[in-house]
Amino acid sequence: MGTITIDGQAIPFQDGQTLIEAATEAGVYIPHLCHNPEFKPHGSCKLCSVKVNGRVCSACTFPAAEGQEVLNDTDELNEARRMITEMLFVEGNHFCAYCEKSGDCQLQAVGYFLKMTGPRFSYFYPRREVDASHRDILLDRDRCIFCELCVRASRDVDGKNLFAIAGRGIRNHLIVNSASGELEDSGMAVTDKAAHVCPVGAILIKRQAYKVPIGSRTYDERSISEVSLSAEAPVVAAKHD
Amino acid sequence: MIFNIKTADIEPLRERAYGADKQGNIDPLVKKIVKAHGNDPTELLQILRRVQAEYRHIPQRAVELVATQLGISHGQVQGVSEFYSFLSTTPRGQYDIFLSDCIIDHLQGEPAVMAQLCNRLGVKPGQTRADGRVSVDHASCSGLCDQGPSGLVNGYPLTRLTLPRIDQIADLIERGAPLATWPQEFFAIADNLHKTGLILDPPLVPGKALEKAFATGLDGTLAEIGKSGLRGRGGAGFKTALKWKFCREEAGNRYVVCNADEGEPGTFKDRVLLQSHAHQVFEGMTLAAAIVDARQGYLYLRGEYLYLCEPLNRILEERRRLGLLGRKILGHKGFDFDIRLHLGAGAYICGEESALIESLEGKRGVPRNRPPYPVTQGYLGRPTVVNNVETFAAAAKIALNGGDWFAAVGTEKSKGSKILSISGDCARPGIYEYPFGTKIARILEDCGADQVIGVQIGGPSGTFIAPREFDRKLAFEDLATGGSFMIFNENRDVLAIARNFSHFFAHESCGFCTPCRVGTSLLKNCLDKICDGHGTAADLVELTELSRLIKTASHCGLGQTAANPVLSTLERFPHLYERRLREISFQPGFDLDGELEVARRLTGRDDAYAHLTQEE
Repeated sequence: MGTITIDGQAIPFQDGQTLIEAATEAGVYIPHLCHNPEFKPHGSCKLCSVKVNGRVCSACTFPAAEGQEVLNDTDELNEARRMITEMLFVEGNHFCAYCEKSGDCQLQAVGYFLKMTGPRFSYFYPRREVDASHRDILLDRDRCIFCELCVRASRDVDGKNLFAIAGRGIRNHLIVNSASGELEDSGMAVTDKAAHVCPVGAILIKRQAYKVPIGSRTYDERSISEVSLSAEAPVVAAKHD
Repeated sequence: MIFNIKTADIEPLRERAYGADKQGNIDPLVKKIVKAHGNDPTELLQILRRVQAEYRHIPQRAVELVATQLGISHGQVQGVSEFYSFLSTTPRGQYDIFLSDCIIDHLQGEPAVMAQLCNRLGVKPGQTRADGRVSVDHASCSGLCDQGPSGLVNGYPLTRLTLPRIDQIADLIERGAPLATWPQEFFAIADNLHKTGLILDPPLVPGKALEKAFATGLDGTLAEIGKSGLRGRGGAGFKTALKWKFCREEAGNRYVVCNADEGEPGTFKDRVLLQSHAHQVFEGMTLAAAIVDARQGYLYLRGEYLYLCEPLNRILEERRRLGLLGRKILGHKGFDFDIRLHLGAGAYICGEESALIESLEGKRGVPRNRPPYPVTQGYLGRPTVVNNVETFAAAAKIALNGGDWFAAVGTEKSKGSKILSISGDCARPGIYEYPFGTKIARILEDCGADQVIGVQIGGPSGTFIAPREFDRKLAFEDLATGGSFMIFNENRDVLAIARNFSHFFAHESCGFCTPCRVGTSLLKNCLDKICDGHGTAADLVELTELSRLIKTASHCGLGQTAANPVLSTLERFPHLYERRLREISFQPGFDLDGELEVARRLTGRDDAYAHLTQEE
């Protein structure tokens, strides 16, 4: 047990907790996409960048330690997060207007939360493969943001290890662990955890698209800060109970 | 001294088309390769290098087979195959040529050499010729800037390339001449040792540092290294004695790893150390092993230095014979230690110590989250000392001569001397060892450089300094460098240099974190736009904002330094950037009129109304 401060507010932490875990339990939202408290921290999206004693760190991987002074909700950090979000938008092919994940998408929700208007950068318009081979699951790589949540869920929870990242740098791409490289040969089931952790619309369950009408979806009604805290605080608390 | 690659060491071009039986079955050979590597998953990269050499690519069937044989996922094998520049999932040529894309090779005439090569062979960069005979591509700096333009053919280095030599090479290729029959001077590599100091002169007599260390006692020797003030020579400058002490305090099997993945463009000092001072490097590693109590060591050799494998293995063999490696080293019961070489395959990121460890484990070279640091959880999760080649070479000499001997040279915070790889616009490029604290002006004078517009110190990830700063000093507290020292004279275009570096980082980013993966490509595109004459004031703002973000938010040292070439040139030469800008506030990133070309062709029009002009 110990105490850190986040934006001047005293926050208790348990030994072994990361900054984001301590913050989540205390009801402080730190924007994030690749982090999900159910899985091993990854630290790749960098949206949760905070300043610890003056140094920029990823809150999802950095361990909390007594007396740390953490800055989170500052203009400077939010501007950096906005830029990172814009980078994710221009890197892939994200067309919210006709994406079936719209309203349930964390990338979109974080964009709204950070008051992003439009990306300042030029779009890359990459060519990426869509895999519709599976009868129940659609893999649309256009929207992949390389959070590796599906990689982690399939490996660590489902015990199937169905996904991996191949390539390097801007040519990184999500691959399926099967001889044909297609989802239908992979043994993935719609009940797999990996089918339900994608923060964006890269992995979708088929035939669900418009069951919930646009306008009454998760982030149409509540902001991502609220949704995230209410969903994740119990998960974090359960870890040390 | 000239280092001649023995032609016997060059893998003969295979007589058979491929290592397959009459039915085209590659299984027996691939299985044999995997077995030769002990069916060990940490050997994945080594196995794939062999498969690549055999088939000139990694066939899909090999991916499946290697995964099955090693008991690892298809995705891991595929992921590794696609990560490293010298592995390819599509067939490359029987003669696979890479020319160094380093800015220094460019200055030495690489573009003309590349054009001639492609022209003579009827192939384009990045392509394999239809008959499979040859493929040509660019690779990042090949560590031969003191004798460029340089390149690699089937992994072996070609130096001092000229247009006549390209003609000769093209003839040899068209004739199908095996590499082993090519003139040996094509592969000659000069040491270019111009100035030696504490580390280089005299070279260590094998065994002397270890003998002294055992005479002094291992604790005493560690104390001497502490007293010497030795800091890591790779660039970051962490205190060596402290690293070794931390590692020793951890429980479990420990490892010693030598980082010979020198990929910083303009660096080649490790090449020379391994060519001429390999005993000293290995002795430093063995010394570290004695102090931290490690049984196994690895030397991670960058893929570009394939040609050093055989000579280094011979030296390791010699050290085993001399009782300096293996069981009971120098007769000390319980001191068992050996070293293996591990070859990289073209990935700058693997010079980052945790990425290097991932690569050593047979994975993609993606830097880990820290903490934990390698000294507590490194190779296979065990405590691991990772040091630069030069650090080990220095440690061996310190063990022999004592801490005070080393600390007497240098500055308060940077003790001893530093080996520089000097290249670019100077009369005598090569290796120079200087005491820390030496002024840049002195170095420029020694190597015969004049009319200098700037010096890139520490490679692209370092700093570009202008003439008014030539009184600054070589030191961790002033101008830190892993050894790269690139000189540019007044005829050079500063923006072209920054642009080349931005291409380098975009090419080498591992892609793990958003700021570096996307940011380095955006930076590259933005510089391209400005250099091509389409930049505006808005682009300069974008360049600055981007650079700041990449620097502060990236996951590892690659990203944190990737914007340095832009930031340091923008700070010192803002007028050079401004001069390139157009006098409008915004210009699209593409040529509006050029986009209409297809439409004009289709409609057969070329009149004024079929063209667009932007109001200026």
